[in-house]
Amino acid sequence: MTSTAITAGSEPVFHLEEEHAHAEGGSTMLGFWLYLMSDCLIFAMLFAAFGVLGGNYAAGPAPKDLFDLGLVAVNTTMLLLSSITYGFAMLTMDKGRVGATQGWLAVTMLFGLAFLSIELYEFAHMIHEGATPQRSAFLSSFFTLVGTHGLHVTFGIVWMLTLMVQVARYGLIKANRRRLMCLSMFWHFLDIVWIGVFTFVYLMGMLR
Amino acid sequence: MSAHDHADHDHTHGGAAHGSLRGYLIGFVLSVILTAIPFWMVMTGALDNKQATAIIIMAFAVVQIVVHMVFFLHMNPASEGGWSMLALIFTVTLVVIVLSGSLWVMYHLNANMMPALHEMREMP
Repeated sequence: MTSTAITAGSEPVFHLEEEHAHAEGGSTMLGFWLYLMSDCLIFAMLFAAFGVLGGNYAAGPAPKDLFDLGLVAVNTTMLLLSSITYGFAMLTMDKGRVGATQGWLAVTMLFGLAFLSIELYEFAHMIHEGATPQRSAFLSSFFTLVGTHGLHVTFGIVWMLTLMVQVARYGLIKANRRRLMCLSMFWHFLDIVWIGVFTFVYLMGMLR
Repeated sequence: MSAHDHADHDHTHGGAAHGSLRGYLIGFVLSVILTAIPFWMVMTGALDNKQATAIIIMAFAVVQIVVHMVFFLHMNPASEGGWSMLALIFTVTLVVIVLSGSLWVMYHLNANMMPALHEMREMP
């Protein structure tokens, strides 16, 4: 610590009260991690609600009547592929290759959009069959949980688009690298939440 | 000087530290396997026992979450000087309490308060 001077003899001993300066973005990663953890708690509440209400069909359609596991498997593949392509974007970012980073981000975004489209198709199909959120407690909690995840993916895509514009304008400057790393954590976190969704909602729903 | 060192330290050991191509590929292959097996089990009904199937797919989910944490999120006990891991442990504790507590309490509430099954069928 340069702000502390402890020397023997006649020199005074003093401490500066002020905290030393933090470099910009020095604690962003930890802060963003804490945000993700709080987001995790939101999903925990929604999973708990689904766990409690997931069996209350109110004589309406049950998971077996509604879910198409083949479609869910395709959806899961899309999200998994988008995770690895985002990983490739981070690797090319480390090497400072702007074009390749942008390319991988675009591929990731396409997989994200494919995921969203399939999910919206599934929702539309269910609502068309009368399985609306107000039909039963099971469907209310299903649409809240899966919809919240879908909303996160939507905002992730908006964020990705924003960062692609940023990178196109300013290149892979330090601030943009930091932002891309935050989005990386967000994106992989959403994939982790999806593991919970496909296991507890879809697969376990089919077993009920 | 100390501030600069601090920032560099955080950068190299950050929560989203840079992975390697090998790490991402290992993580991807593992998660494909860990996803495919539960889907296969449920879609083909490989096991007759539903409870056993449920326990196995939950175990696969837990393993896959750990795989994603390690290979994609690059979690390790040293990242951010241990603070990420501490926050994670705290969150996992809360999640376990919320999930198990809700299911446990509400199961007993349902068992004690619900009308009999035939009455329920007549409800709107």
